[in-house]
Amino acid sequence: MQTQALSGGFADPARDAAHAFRACLQAMARPGRGQPIPGATPPAPLSPAAGAVLLTLVDDTTPLFLAPGLDTPALRGWIAFHLAAPICAPEEAVFALGAWADLPLDRFRLGTPDYPDRSVTLIVEIDSLSPVTARLRGPGIATHQDARLPAIAPFVANRARYPLGFDCYFCAEESLSALPRSTFVEAL
Amino acid sequence: MSEGYSFAYLDAATKRMIRRALLKALAIPGYQVPFASREMPMPYGWGTGGVQVTAACLIPEDVLKVIDQGADDTTNAVSIRRFFERTAGVATTTHTQDATLIQTRHRIPEAALTEAQILVFQVPIPEPLRFLEPREAETRRMHALADYGLMHVKLYEDIARHGAIATSYAYPVLVEGRHVMDPSPIPKFDNPKLGDCPAIQLFGAGRECRIHALPPYTRVVSLDFEDHPFEATKAEAACDLCGAETSYLDEVITDDAGGRMFCCSDTDFCAGRRAAGHLGRLSEGAA
Repeated sequence: MQTQALSGGFADPARDAAHAFRACLQAMARPGRGQPIPGATPPAPLSPAAGAVLLTLVDDTTPLFLAPGLDTPALRGWIAFHLAAPICAPEEAVFALGAWADLPLDRFRLGTPDYPDRSVTLIVEIDSLSPVTARLRGPGIATHQDARLPAIAPFVANRARYPLGFDCYFCAEESLSALPRSTFVEAL
Repeated sequence: MSEGYSFAYLDAATKRMIRRALLKALAIPGYQVPFASREMPMPYGWGTGGVQVTAACLIPEDVLKVIDQGADDTTNAVSIRRFFERTAGVATTTHTQDATLIQTRHRIPEAALTEAQILVFQVPIPEPLRFLEPREAETRRMHALADYGLMHVKLYEDIARHGAIATSYAYPVLVEGRHVMDPSPIPKFDNPKLGDCPAIQLFGAGRECRIHALPPYTRVVSLDFEDHPFEATKAEAACDLCGAETSYLDEVITDDAGGRMFCCSDTDFCAGRRAAGHLGRLSEGAA
């Protein structure tokens, strides 16, 4: 039993989670704009930002898919202690965590026409939120917003399915940005 | 601040559930996300949906403003403001410009909102099609198919019966060209403020267990017809207290002989104008 699994959560859970959620809310409301999200210290290689998103949104009611690159005993132990989220296959996931290349996009739930909200939220580990690679337009963006995305075509296809689709958080160290399904993406 | 409660009243699991719903609502603007609404220490109809959304969003540094039909000093506004003073220990204000989070019942403030603000609406009936089609399974299918013909028939019947679109509040809007949304019973005077707004707008319906949202700068179009365009109407008068001619007005009966006056529905806006020296018809010292 690693004692590391017991540490690294929020020091003041209610207030730290409130701050982390505001960062998530601002990020999802303003696609592509980076937000600081400190407070969590999960085991490496998980970023503090991804750790804070997990602590804020994931619990025993939300099955989590752990991509192969992050599926370590240390991280499984940390998730079991802090979140109690069941680790599941991509088809059942409410949240999915991993590097972009490790996420099997064609296997996740994208919602149903009656309930488009019943779709996966991807928490994507990315080495940095810069330099920018894409131009974003859509709800939450006054004219356009430039952001770094790990790919272009999957997000164009995701927008074409609107209102179905997945929503993404991109986590790098202690900051995150988001890309909801409603955003139009083009390469810079 | 009361001890013995979690910050902002709700327990951690409930907040996570509401927060997940809020994020999905932002990702699909105008779509109503079901959520497991909790009983709150106030009756349904007093803003339990708005209170739950506010509780899920509050941070200790927030400055909270609560308005009820534009007024900061009505029972509902005062009691919700005091609830969060006690359970979250946040600062409160009546000044729109100073607030970072504004919970509102049935109005959007007159002052322009900023990117630093969040507006939380209390919503009684979130489903714009509910009075046209009572079955939830049917309205859900209509949203899935973007089948909004029934709503246009309703507006057309208004014109056939009254000569104009008589709907004056809870006026339906089309969000991002996809979902028809009920903007809660705000007067249609406020509808143009919904679109292209720098602030985040969140809508909570407690009894109906639905959350919907408008991210900033979202395209929001009030439904209308080419020959009967949407019109943001207000009483044809000026405020009798501050003289404002562009604000939304309440009509107040002042005696039993037909006497009446108009005053701004937004009390902070009206007080600010009076403090700046503007006079209305009934102001002391007015001609």
